Amino acid sequence: MLEIKNLHARIAEDGTEIIRGLNLTVKKGEVAAIMGPNGSGKSTLSYVLAGREDYEVTEGDILYEGESILNMDTAERAAAGIFLAFQYPVEIPGVATMQFLKVAMNEQRKAHGEEELTTPEFIRRVREAAGELKIDMDMLKRPLNVGFSGGEKKRAEILQMSLLQPRLCVLDETDSGLDIDALKIVSDGVNALRSPDRAIVVITHYQRLLEHIVPDTVHVLYRGQVIKSGDKALALELETNGYANIIEEAA
Amino acid sequence: MNMQSKRPITAAEQALVDSFVNRLGTLPGDQAITAIRDGYIEDIKRDGLPTRRVEAWHYTDLRSLLKSVPQDDGAAVKPAEPLFDGSTVLAVADATAAPDGVAVSHYSEALSNGSAAPRMALQSADDVIGRLNGAMARDGLCLDIAAGTELANPLEIQMVQGGGQAHARFPVTIGEGAKGTFVERHVSTSDDGALVSSITDLRVGDNAEIVWIIAQERGLSDTHFGQINIDLGAGAKLTLFVANSGGALVRQEIHIQARGEGSDLQLRGVNLLGGESHTDVTMTLDHLVPDCVSTETFRNVVFDRARGVFQGQIRVAQIAQKTDARMACNTLLLSDHGEFSSKPELEIFADDVQCAHGATVTDIDENHLFYMKTRGIDEKKARAMLVKAFIAEIVEELEDEALIDALEARFEHWLDNHG
Repeated sequence: MLEIKNLHARIAEDGTEIIRGLNLTVKKGEVAAIMGPNGSGKSTLSYVLAGREDYEVTEGDILYEGESILNMDTAERAAAGIFLAFQYPVEIPGVATMQFLKVAMNEQRKAHGEEELTTPEFIRRVREAAGELKIDMDMLKRPLNVGFSGGEKKRAEILQMSLLQPRLCVLDETDSGLDIDALKIVSDGVNALRSPDRAIVVITHYQRLLEHIVPDTVHVLYRGQVIKSGDKALALELETNGYANIIEEAA
Repeated sequence: MNMQSKRPITAAEQALVDSFVNRLGTLPGDQAITAIRDGYIEDIKRDGLPTRRVEAWHYTDLRSLLKSVPQDDGAAVKPAEPLFDGSTVLAVADATAAPDGVAVSHYSEALSNGSAAPRMALQSADDVIGRLNGAMARDGLCLDIAAGTELANPLEIQMVQGGGQAHARFPVTIGEGAKGTFVERHVSTSDDGALVSSITDLRVGDNAEIVWIIAQERGLSDTHFGQINIDLGAGAKLTLFVANSGGALVRQEIHIQARGEGSDLQLRGVNLLGGESHTDVTMTLDHLVPDCVSTETFRNVVFDRARGVFQGQIRVAQIAQKTDARMACNTLLLSDHGEFSSKPELEIFADDVQCAHGATVTDIDENHLFYMKTRGIDEKKARAMLVKAFIAEIVEELEDEALIDALEARFEHWLDNHG
């Protein structure tokens, strides 16, 4: 599903290299956790996958379903099924959440050559998905993410993910700013999307989230490279011993 | 107007004077009105059009910007479809039945019998629009809304223009406690360089609650000089919405005097600027008495090589304690070749007031754009949505859904042609 080969990426503005020869393969149906200390390049990786123009890929390739996505812009990648759940979802004043959802769903349908959703069908789908995430329909009348609490923002991200039905989900620090109850709701939402046809990349600092979204593989990112890969036991080991040993081992 | 050194008269200045001379004897007015007209045209002859040296016109050098002046009167044009369904339309050319409680008469009658004179005073020594309109106005409508009237439907005053020159005036008196929504609509049916001036003199009686919308949608080569002078009574509530989305050279002046205690003014403005147009919105607001509230928010979107100007001056008199006045002017500059100049001013003589002003000029927020693109919304569509959102934020402050929908539809129509 996703194959990252010797990826090098830098900040376009000042040329600082953040991703330095990263290799990672995530199969269909797999949930991969990417862990790493602050500044290891976790968020940058998520932006590079989404095609943010602030970063330049200088070497290597990203293959999605066997094809390079480096020449696709962000919207094209999204339409192709790549979804990024933001660590800090962006507040957009003046755009009602419902309107945003409708445009996003219909733009993607258009890109797939499908008919636009009728309004009743759209509302039915939103109502159903929102119900599962315990999102009040009134919240969706408000401007997108504006004045939402941390938990509401993260739930709104998962709502978008479940409505857009992407094939590759990248969750950037989805657990940050969540209390236990919200963490449970969000994790349940993500788990509901686990499927043999879909890959999920969970980027996180903490083992805590991985108790709820149990990963198939765990990868440790350090200074822009994956320095160790393993199964969920690796996450537990990190929780107990920290990153120091693994970093030393790799050095 | 300030004294200026002798200089050659421009073609446009000469054309203005000529068009007055050509209309001598045909413009309505008794002896007093005729004397006022002559005086105003003499002022224009003496001072010419203002240059950037005249402070009130600093960003709109009319002498260099006004290039062509059509000589003929504009053709009579049929009324346009109203902005809001169900409105009563009062067009200058065709003002028919008015609703109960509303007395309508032609301004030409007020000129002929001389009753127009007291409301022809200039707003300031630099009031070029007042002079031009005062000298040349041929017609307009006088509206009197009886005390306590509650209008069931919006009342739309139309100044529809098909080229040429037109100058109209609209004295409007709102009786005590009256309520209603008014639309002042400026549209052109052709695009051949019309020159239009329009002055509304709005007196809002005590405790009246009024929504007044100015929608200027002139043709791409038209010159529009608009002025609204407002006298706000005690406890009156006025929501004033000013929208410019047309014209090549536009100056819209808003002069407000809060004369009665406890009034509430909510002024909102949207300027959609494209092509090589020049649009200047100049506001003066005098808080003359205690306990008044006002907010002024403008949202401007600049495309192409358009230039925009906002001058906003709030003056708080010494006795106007407890005034709460907040002014903001936010601009989305979407082109490297466009520009927007903003000049907010506060002049406060009272010591117990809350006043604030702010101005921003920004491009579309890259974070917003990126977020929308990660959801599959392409760049063009995302930008259009963000521009609409920027405007929607203040349109949606109007409480009436029908008004909001109609205004947003007009703005979307304009944006769809400029995206």
